[in-house]
Amino acid sequence: MSNVLIVAEQSGGNLKKASLHAIAAGQAIAARSGGQVHVAVLGKGIGALASELAGYGVTVHAADAAGLEHHLAEAYAPVVASIAGANGATYVGAAATAFGKDLVPRVAARLGAACATEVLGFGGSGPAVTFQRPMWAGNVLAEVELATPVKAFTVRPTEFPAAQKGGSGEVKAVAVAEAPLPTRFVEFKEVKSERPELTEARVVVAGGRGTKGDFKELEGLADDLGAALGASRAAVDAGWVPNDWQVGQTGKVVAPELYVAAGISGAIQHLAGMKGSKVIVAINKDPEAPIFQLADYGLVADLFKAVPELREKIKAGKGS
Amino acid sequence: MPLKILVTAKRVEDPESKIKVKPDGTGIVTDGVNYKMNPFDEIAVEEALRLKEKHGGEVIVASIGSDKSMTEIRAALAMGADRGILVKHDGPLDPVVVSAILDKVVEKEKPDVVLLGKQSIDDDQNQVGQYLAERRGLGQATFASKVESLESEAEQKKQPGLVLSADGKALRVVREVDGGLLTVDVSLPAVVSCDLRLNKPRFASLPGIMKAKKKPVEELAAASLGVDLAPKVVVKRLSEPPKRQGGQKVADVAELYAKLKNEAKVL
Repeated sequence: MSNVLIVAEQSGGNLKKASLHAIAAGQAIAARSGGQVHVAVLGKGIGALASELAGYGVTVHAADAAGLEHHLAEAYAPVVASIAGANGATYVGAAATAFGKDLVPRVAARLGAACATEVLGFGGSGPAVTFQRPMWAGNVLAEVELATPVKAFTVRPTEFPAAQKGGSGEVKAVAVAEAPLPTRFVEFKEVKSERPELTEARVVVAGGRGTKGDFKELEGLADDLGAALGASRAAVDAGWVPNDWQVGQTGKVVAPELYVAAGISGAIQHLAGMKGSKVIVAINKDPEAPIFQLADYGLVADLFKAVPELREKIKAGKGS
Repeated sequence: MPLKILVTAKRVEDPESKIKVKPDGTGIVTDGVNYKMNPFDEIAVEEALRLKEKHGGEVIVASIGSDKSMTEIRAALAMGADRGILVKHDGPLDPVVVSAILDKVVEKEKPDVVLLGKQSIDDDQNQVGQYLAERRGLGQATFASKVESLESEAEQKKQPGLVLSADGKALRVVREVDGGLLTVDVSLPAVVSCDLRLNKPRFASLPGIMKAKKKPVEELAAASLGVDLAPKVVVKRLSEPPKRQGGQKVADVAELYAKLKNEAKVL
């Protein structure tokens, strides 16, 4: 029996949606390994969330302790590793969010496991699961095998469906021994936004160097469409917009229904983060911009003229 | 308080090079591909140098790979690192093997801080720092960034983004995480992995390049370190990702709007 342990991510007792995609990935492995899906949730004041997770038909291990209030891998890793060991988990995974990327390799090291990161899908046959993952900024797909008894992984949430509610699993409380940590939380500066989260939005409006730092029209378009705002690395490096707007291999990977890239030339690095979008619109003055090669609809135009015009059309369309 | 800093410099394909998979899927085509130091490691080297410039100490640069990795060690020495360690290993590398080798280097050198890139841009694993920290029981501050932008005055003045505490026992690190910036204090010795916005790496000066040629580089055979060198993340096959069918141009905003509304049905 090869059980699967998925680490759910929460903040302030609220589940990160990416975790549901990781649970679905865990269910896909369990269906092949013949094991069961267990979910670990760690934090402070997570009782209600643990019950909510049990509604996905998984066994939930809830570690509720003051020392787990903040996401510190040094505090989380021993707890996750001990839950994995006690429950016969031979697969241990999470979503490839900043939380998962920080934590899972540390858990893997503790379990003597190898780890596959940013997994896009599973290969192999029967219980011999291989992992498909991107390399070279998404220019190459690799199929990797993990040659350790316990296997760890992080999955790219956009590549897996969200787990569906159904069944009711057991919730088990996990006792946590508090130990002094080498790392201490100081503060979290949240980037507050009224807009949907970048990785979860139905529409993303993104700007690059071509905005020259003026995102006003793009913000307006995002508001009209109920979209999240994104940016290329150039725009973020210039300090025009917050870091966490960056879409790309080294930033956020998004796959919305509509992605509008304005003033973005389309460096490979950026394309790797958005080419999974269903419909891509590119607006750029340079007809040779690489983004046009992959955009479904390319418009060679000055974004400062085209975007206001598009907003007018959308407004007029809503009125009719 | 002077800091002894170990920093990594991996030899990787130049990110500007076009990467193509060999027809049999066993690797990538290396003809015409240039190599350089992993850009995230360059940021780590820069940060190490800024910390040394502020607090004194020593910067040791380590690389693992064939003799060719000496180029990347020399590049870091030309930027200003003091000495190098080349761990020679011709076989495939994965985070398990690399962290096991670095574990031995850290055991021997006992640095106060290990600075590495958050990932290398070839296999994009983003694991070595976390593995190394767990192996040595140290704190890890991954995805180190800073509050100020790369266009800020602090950056122009080449201030380190990592702040040493008054007693010299901890580093304050601003970590780039989802939804904002998370600041932590991590006790030394510590492992810090560097993200894009920590700094803009300097270019090596001509005198720097000349001096680098005379700086000492210790060569070790990976096989002599007593670690298991068999990779555990075994690449079975490489392939090209599916191509996206794009390329359609629209004449004007009216056509774009009509297509989005009637053809793509996303408005």
